[in-house]
This record gives sequence, structure tokens and C-alpha cells, in this order.
Amino acid sequence: MAKRIDVADLDIYYGSFKAVENVTLAVEPRSVTAFIGPSGCGKSSVLRTLNRLHEVIPGAYITGKVLLDGEDIYSADVDPVNVRRTIGMVFQRPNPFPTMTIRENVTAGLTLDGARRSKAELEQVVEKSLRGANLWDEVKDRLDRPGAGLSGGQQQRLCIARAIAVEPQVLLMDEPCSALDPISTLAIEDLIEQLKLNFTIVIVTHNMQQAARVSETTAFFNLPAIGQPGRLVEIAPTEQIFSNPGEQATEDYISGRFG
Amino acid sequence: MATVGSGKFERSTSLLQDALAGRRLPRWGVGAVGLTSLLAAYLLNVLTVVDGVAGTFLVAVLLFVIGQTGWSFTVEGRRHAVDRLATTTVYAAFLIAVTPLVAVLGTVLVKGFPVFSAQFFTTSMRNVSPRSEGGGLYHALIGTLEQVGLAALIGVPIGVLAAVYLVEYAPEAKSRRLSSAISFFVDVMTGVPSVVIGLFIYTAFILTLGLPRSGFAASLALAILMLPVIVRTTEEMLRLVPRDLRESSLALGIPRWKTILKVVLPTALGGIITGAMLSIARVAGETAPLLLTTFLSQSINSNPFKGPQAALPTFIWDQFTSGTDASRARAWGGALTLIVLIMILYAGAKVIARLTGAKKS
Repeated sequence: MAKRIDVADLDIYYGSFKAVENVTLAVEPRSVTAFIGPSGCGKSSVLRTLNRLHEVIPGAYITGKVLLDGEDIYSADVDPVNVRRTIGMVFQRPNPFPTMTIRENVTAGLTLDGARRSKAELEQVVEKSLRGANLWDEVKDRLDRPGAGLSGGQQQRLCIARAIAVEPQVLLMDEPCSALDPISTLAIEDLIEQLKLNFTIVIVTHNMQQAARVSETTAFFNLPAIGQPGRLVEIAPTEQIFSNPGEQATEDYISGRFG
Repeated sequence: MATVGSGKFERSTSLLQDALAGRRLPRWGVGAVGLTSLLAAYLLNVLTVVDGVAGTFLVAVLLFVIGQTGWSFTVEGRRHAVDRLATTTVYAAFLIAVTPLVAVLGTVLVKGFPVFSAQFFTTSMRNVSPRSEGGGLYHALIGTLEQVGLAALIGVPIGVLAAVYLVEYAPEAKSRRLSSAISFFVDVMTGVPSVVIGLFIYTAFILTLGLPRSGFAASLALAILMLPVIVRTTEEMLRLVPRDLRESSLALGIPRWKTILKVVLPTALGGIITGAMLSIARVAGETAPLLLTTFLSQSINSNPFKGPQAALPTFIWDQFTSGTDASRARAWGGALTLIVLIMILYAGAKVIARLTGAKKS
């Protein structure tokens, strides 16, 4: 079910501005890979190239290769819609669809992709996804209430349920806890622990303790100087990054001596 | 020592109290100043050159402002005086803004309501002389409903789709020429007088293409008039939909067009409906384009594609220019009907928006 991702010689552009250059990394299946680094270093941009969401921004494009189990997701005959169905994403701010109920939010990816499904099948998906997101017990009695009525942490778990309902192979998370309180953050981190049994997870975080807690592998991105493109400084097992980093810049950043 | 100390302490307490509480005008102060001003204005009316209701009232307001601010300045100090002056100004501005609205509604209600009867809504003006009472606006009501309905059917989809193009597709088009052309012409169209639009339909469709004068020709003109309002409001509403929402829909593997149709448009629906209703309300009262495209009719014609058709604005104009007491009364009745019609449409649209739009917990 889970797949590996290989990125080779990736350059990311916004129009004529080169935001990230020369990224090469591998994401192992059924593991959590964390992207850390200062703001503006391009870690979110790299994340967004992994499911071709980057190109949604007018003028944005990439060069280089992104391989999903050896298959180039940027080759000309690949449909970005199919890529995004295989690689799901959770965003920084919880954003359930405001016009939909909790149930409709979970099934949105299924009901809007065109294929017809029976009601019973959808019911199963709703329960399975909400259980998968540790939200079922809290919302099972109010599935027909608006998704926007939940608390922030619940909304974010609803967004995770929505993302895993389409059964992706990979789950991308762009700072999923930065808008949440510590208790909701703990709930999401517990959830990540469970999800990595089935999914390949890539998480962008500003919180280094979080990276240390949840990830097996950590990639450190940095900006060499203002106006220059961001770079991948190093990628290594999380333990090694936090105890014995290979680069001085990494050590400066994780020990707070940065800048 | 002790007595001196406590004396100082007492004085500072009273000073502190003074500083915090300050001295205020009595509660009845505002009312008293108001009454005195009215009374003084009335005296001036009787004794001096101040004349008329409006003039007297204006003098009363001026006296009130001067009296209250002056009294407050001497008792409460500068800050409170300015506060009272500003408060009075804000209330006055609000009253000035609301007065014409209430006056129009009140006048139309008082003059229009007596004409209302079952007959007024079920008969036409066919074979009713302007001098005689009776007759009705059934023909005009049908005409307005059909013309405005057709105009909305043509104008709303085109306007909404144009706005969808401008917001969702234009930013990534290779050339900005089309989108800037659309934006430019939408702006220009906002400023084109309705009579010019009517003239355009008259020359293009009736003279050049040889189509008959009809309610449909009128609805074409009304649709053109509606377009800029709909495009602009829909554009603004679509821009308010957070980028995150579009991206998370795309990230679920939902195709672009379905993202727009099922996520973006429903989220913006409340505002889009409000914009559409505003434009409908605006064109429902248009008279000039109707006179050029469908002209007048005194009889019932429920086919908008053939022959002249009446409408409420032209009915009001026709009845008013007839100049008899009976016809003027009918004109007021027509005006009240038009206002009520627009209110019903607006309330209906709000209900639809609430049922289908963003859900609140």
C-alpha cells in the first residue's frame, strides 16, 4: 500500500524566481520523514511538488524528477488528478469545506471524483476514516452537523480523515499542528504514529521536538543567503541529525545558535 | 503626625475619586437640552423670521448641538464635550441617511395601498379609460416577471461564468489580454446609461435583425444591464474563498472543474446570490430600455416573444403621465407592487442562500 518517493535534482521556480535548487532525497515507505528548516527555506515548496500541487500556483514550475515507486509523476502522460489521489495532503490550517457536513467532508474526495458508490459503502468509508483519524467517538452522533462547528484540533483530524478516505499511498502534512494547542498536537502526533503503519508520511514542521518525536528520517533545509534559492543541507536518520549532525549549519539550527 | 498624615490621605483619596469619576452632566441633561432647544426654536418661529417646519427643526438641532456641547464643556471638560458632539453628529448622519428611505417607503405605502384590491391584481387596463377608476396591473406584473426572469436566466449564468473565468482561469492564461479586456468592458458597462443599452437592442435586434418588439427584446437589454453588477460581485466573492480550500480539494484528487463547481461556488454562493438579487432589483425598475424595446401595452400578453408587453415601470410611467386622480392612484399602486415584489424576491434568495451556502454550527 505505501510507496517510496525519490526526488532527484529538483529545482523549484515561481515564475523567474528560483525558490529551491538541487534537492535529491529519498522517502522510505511506511515511515515518517520530517522536513525542518527556517521559514522561507523551501521545505513547504518541496512538499507541494510531491503531489503536483506546486503547479497550481500561476507561473510555478519545476525541473528535475520526482519518482513514486520508480514512476516519474511529472512525465507528460501522467494526470495530476491521479497523482493527488495517490498522494494526499493535510494543510497548515484546518480547512474543512464550509458548505458540507462532517459526513460530506469525509466523503468529499469519493463523491466528487465521479465514480458512483453505494450509500452503505460510503457509510463504511466514513466510519473507517474517522476511526483512522481518532475522531469517530467524538463525532459519531453528529455526522450531519457542519464540519466548521468542530474545535480546531477536531477540524484538523477531520481534514486527516478526509485525506485518508481516498486511500492514498502517501500522506503529506504541511505543519499540521502549528495552529493547534499542545493537547490537540499530541492527538495528531499519536495519530501519525498509527498512520505510519499504513502510509508513507512526509511532515513539514517548525517544531524540532515534534520532528524528533515522530520521525524516522529528518531532512534539514536552509537558505544560504537572502534572495538565494533554498537548499537541502542534509538528510539522515532523525537520531543522527539531533545527536551528531554532519553539517555545522544543522547543528547551529537545532541547537538554537542559528542566524 | 498621625492627624497630619490622615488628613493628607483623605485629601488625596477625594482627589483620586475626582480624577476617576469626574463630574458628569445629570442623566436628564440630554433630554432637558433637547426640550429647551425645541421650545426655543418654536419661540423663534413665532417671534422672528425663522419659518416653516424644516427651518424650525434645523434651528432646534443647531441649538441642541451648541447647548449640549457648551454645557458639557463647562461641566465635564473638553474630552466629554467632543465625545457628545461626535455622538450627536453620528446620530444625525444616520437619521439623515434613513429619513429619505423611510419617507419613500411610507409615501408609497400610504398612497399605493388604498388601490390594492383583488381586481387590481387580476385585471389589465384594457378598455379602462385613464379617467375611470378600476382596472389593474395584472398585465404589467406578468410582463415584469417574465422579462426580469428571462433577463436573469440569460444574465446570471453569463455573469457568473465570466467571473469564474476571471478568478479561476485567467491568472494562469498565457496572455492577459482577454481577462483585461473583460475587466475593462465590465467597468465601462457599469457606466453606460440604460437608455443607451435599450437603444442598442433597438437598433441591433429590432431594426437590423428585424425581430419584433417583444418582452424578450426587453429582457436582452435588462440582461446586459445586469451583467456588470453580477460579474463584479461574483468576482469579489470568489476571491474571498481561501486558497487553502481550493488546494485541499485538488489535493484529494478532485478535478479542477469539480473543485470550482462543488467547493468554490457553494462557499461563495451567499454573496453571489446577493449580487444577483441586487442586479435583478436594479433592472426591475428600469423604464427607458423597456420603452425602446417592448413599449407599452394595456392588455395581457403572456407571450414574451411576440408583441408589445407591459411591465411595472412602464405601467407606472404611463399611469402617471395620464395625469388623472384615478391613474395617479394606480401609478402609486404599481410602485408599491414593484417594491413588494423585489422584497419578496430578495427574501426568497436569502432563504435559498441560507439553505445551500456555508453552514454555521
